[in-house]
Amino acid sequence: MSEPARRPFSRDQRFTIIQGMLVFVLIIVVLQLWLLTATMNAWLGGDESIVWPGAAASAAGLALNVGLFLYLARLERTRSGGS
Amino acid sequence: MADSSLRGVGREQITIAPDGAPGDRQPAWRQDFPIDWPQDLYVERRDFMKFMVLTSAAFTVGQVWIGVQNWYRKQTGQPPVQRIASVDDIAVGAAIGFTYPDEHEPCLLVRLTASEFVAFGQKCTHLSCAVIPQPAEGNFYCPCHEGRFDLRTGVPIAGPPRRPLTRIVLERRGQDVYAVGAEERTA
Repeated sequence: MSEPARRPFSRDQRFTIIQGMLVFVLIIVVLQLWLLTATMNAWLGGDESIVWPGAAASAAGLALNVGLFLYLARLERTRSGGS
Repeated sequence: MADSSLRGVGREQITIAPDGAPGDRQPAWRQDFPIDWPQDLYVERRDFMKFMVLTSAAFTVGQVWIGVQNWYRKQTGQPPVQRIASVDDIAVGAAIGFTYPDEHEPCLLVRLTASEFVAFGQKCTHLSCAVIPQPAEGNFYCPCHEGRFDLRTGVPIAGPPRRPLTRIVLERRGQDVYAVGAEERTA
């Protein structure tokens, strides 16, 4: 039994989706900014224990953002009739 | 725009004017140069999201840069032991400048009493301006943003600085005062 073809999202739906994504991305970027300033402050104060965990957390945030962005690119490919 | 005119036109191709009125009721200039506002809003959000993802990447690069700098700092090892001055070179309540652990790090040695010395990095922990010792008032003063640090401990007591001054660990050997280490602190 073949899987039914997925209907592309309507324009209104895509607008809602991108709004939601944007909120997530903004929250993550603000968290990353806080993390960067806190890490810099700690490191300048001689506390080295937070440096690499901070970098890992920031990289995780970036991965999430890139994932959301790739999902958006996939949505647009679907709309334009691509794979 | 009447329904009949939309027959056979996909929803994605409909141009919607800001006031929502049909196309034939729009002014001539808008009919000539129609802008699809919902699509425009979508595209500007998508572009903003791209920019935010790039910003996110920049923050991650910043974090990794701190890590690399940390690794580099570890490679330099312990700061050297360095003679600063003789006890007789500095009067009680006076201060002299020196550099430690290298020539790019200005520091201040203050003689608090006949037998008590303290030394701190001269860079303000706010924006690296040079602090000025004010032994009579019991503080280091940063003229850039009115920051003040306690003369005895280097802890910030006024203004924007939040971290204490870098403390230079001192050792007295006979009549000479030596710097033997630097201690960065968060509080």
